Amino acid sequence: MSANENKDQFRPENHENDHFLLTTVVGSYPKPKWLNRAKELYQDPDHGFDEDDYQEAKDDAARLITNEHERAGLDVVVDGEMRRNEMVEFFAHRIEGYEFNGPVKVWGHNYFDKPSVVSDVEYTDSWLVDEYEFTAAATDRPVKVPITGPYTLANWSFNEAYEDDDELTLALADLVNEEIEKLVDAGARYIQIDEPALATTPDDHAIVGEALEQIVADIPEEVRIGLHVCYGDYSRIYPEILEFPVDEFDLELANGDYEQLDVFKDPEFTADLALGVSDVHVAEVESVEQIEENIKKGLEIVPPEQLVVSPDCGVKLLPREVAYGKMANMVEAARNVEAELDEGTIDIERDTAAPADD
Amino acid sequence: MENIKRRYSLAAPTMTEYVSTTPGLFPLPDWAKDDLSELKGHQKHDLISGDEDEEISSVYEQAREEVIETQQAAGLDRIVEGQLRWDDMLAHPLAVHDNVETRGIVRYYDNNNFYREPVVSGDLDVSGDVANELEAAAELTDDLQAVLPGPYSLADLATDEQYGDEAEFLGAIADFLAGEVDAFPDVETLFLLEPSLVENAPEDGADERASEAIDQVASATDADVVVQPYWGALEEKVYAHLLDADIDAVGFDFVANQDDNLYNIQEYGATGDVSLGLADGQNTLVEDPEAIRDRVDWVEEQLQVTEFETVYLTTNTETFYLPYAKYEEKLEVLAEAADLAEVTVA
Repeated sequence: MSANENKDQFRPENHENDHFLLTTVVGSYPKPKWLNRAKELYQDPDHGFDEDDYQEAKDDAARLITNEHERAGLDVVVDGEMRRNEMVEFFAHRIEGYEFNGPVKVWGHNYFDKPSVVSDVEYTDSWLVDEYEFTAAATDRPVKVPITGPYTLANWSFNEAYEDDDELTLALADLVNEEIEKLVDAGARYIQIDEPALATTPDDHAIVGEALEQIVADIPEEVRIGLHVCYGDYSRIYPEILEFPVDEFDLELANGDYEQLDVFKDPEFTADLALGVSDVHVAEVESVEQIEENIKKGLEIVPPEQLVVSPDCGVKLLPREVAYGKMANMVEAARNVEAELDEGTIDIERDTAAPADD
Repeated sequence: MENIKRRYSLAAPTMTEYVSTTPGLFPLPDWAKDDLSELKGHQKHDLISGDEDEEISSVYEQAREEVIETQQAAGLDRIVEGQLRWDDMLAHPLAVHDNVETRGIVRYYDNNNFYREPVVSGDLDVSGDVANELEAAAELTDDLQAVLPGPYSLADLATDEQYGDEAEFLGAIADFLAGEVDAFPDVETLFLLEPSLVENAPEDGADERASEAIDQVASATDADVVVQPYWGALEEKVYAHLLDADIDAVGFDFVANQDDNLYNIQEYGATGDVSLGLADGQNTLVEDPEAIRDRVDWVEEQLQVTEFETVYLTTNTETFYLPYAKYEEKLEVLAEAADLAEVTVA
């Protein structure tokens, strides 16, 4: 078994198996009902529930969900993004240069407050350091920080101020870089950049790569950088994404029943693969056996030391007990597969193209 | 036919008429977004079915009145119904059809928007859904403009499990749309929106069939017919074939592409009327009316030999992408720009 230092820094000391398939989540988690109630009270001008009260409610929720992730047995936890509303809005509210003009349609009666960039974007106060520090203090486990990437921040905004979206993307990349530097200073070692917009406009992988180069400049090697992409035609971005300066790709694949798995077999997948092993659009908990099968799909692409296990995407739209069930079964399945790997009873041939010097 | 029309437009010593309008598919007013979310829900099966109950209908009715008043207040020359019920955007006329099944949520072109995939599983007979909307709108305005997906785009957005052959399916869609148009009340103009002609351009043979299908739909009405492709310029051959259809105007998305659109007009000529997409339907940046007027002048300068009878001034795309207040501002800009253009020319 060859080592993967970057991944192994998150291996728990008392890990039960020789093999280690890091288990984690993409980020979002269903909010407790009382947190939504607290938000309503806070927004109600006739109610005495003030900012401090709402802050306390968010703290409680972040602690609760972090602990829920621990209970499920995850190796790397997140606070379930309890303090965030939406993946673009949350950041746009914290970036100078953005304004909000009201909700726009995504589909049916699902809307979001798509912001407009009306002047040069600027970094003022930190976006996520408080969130990270709170979560890190609430758990002994390593904490992952999901952060929306500059391409998605640009693409899912109206661009009134920059010549084109590429220019806006690169301007935002500088800000994301600044934030990640602050997170690293605060102790964060695992950052996940979310770029779902890449799947909508796959021809733009070059600008995403350029933005990532800017983002990771001066970030120490040992900090683990992941990139999450979901719900797209991966054949249009692979193998080009292998050039991206990231340690891990976090991919949704369970939803499509691994139909796109073969895309990643040629050429060889050289990064770590955080494989989606649970479909977040199905409100039923997959059995441990089913998830074990899904995990083994990942072993067709990468050896165990490059494999990470997570759900397809954020689980915030699921009922909370279903979300928990999926996490717990996922961890159990990962440990079972590790044990099988230790025993040498898994016989999966990676039919990837062999390197030339092999 | 098209040659006669073009010659006429060159010879006639007319003064160009500038008509401010939109391609419809407006955003819902914010109060209606809230009310309808509440009444209908947020899931796939909650989307419009075509037989919605009275409570839901009355929200749409009120919202329709509001967007018609907004257009009138802005001073637009053509008034659209607003297509506020079109949860599935341009796929709407099929999505509410009895012989069409709606399946998964699929991406709407290259946007962060989604619609239900309409799967045609039976004969596409006349539904009358859009005609009903227009009947209601006709009570409120005399300047009514109808909006429909063009046959090529509608076929492109749908899946066929009935006709089995691409050409036959397109023909069936054209028959269906012609039947819908036939049921319309009197309208001034019919806009046929054809983004797929750009986004998924027809190949050899299919380009000619697309033009024939458009011709068939256009022939079902006495109103002026504008075919509006967007998100770029048409490929040359697609444009050349489109000019063979008996239509009054082709639309050009000058927001997305200037050079190729100009080239097409210079190389192949144009219809007697033209529609210029000059205000960005997908950006909150609100253009100055003077800037729009200047863009009209610029286009006309580039096309010295061409004089159009009617120039429609519009957003390049639908406007449901915008927050409601910004959409309202865009309407005002278009109306004002058309007034300015009239003055300049006179």
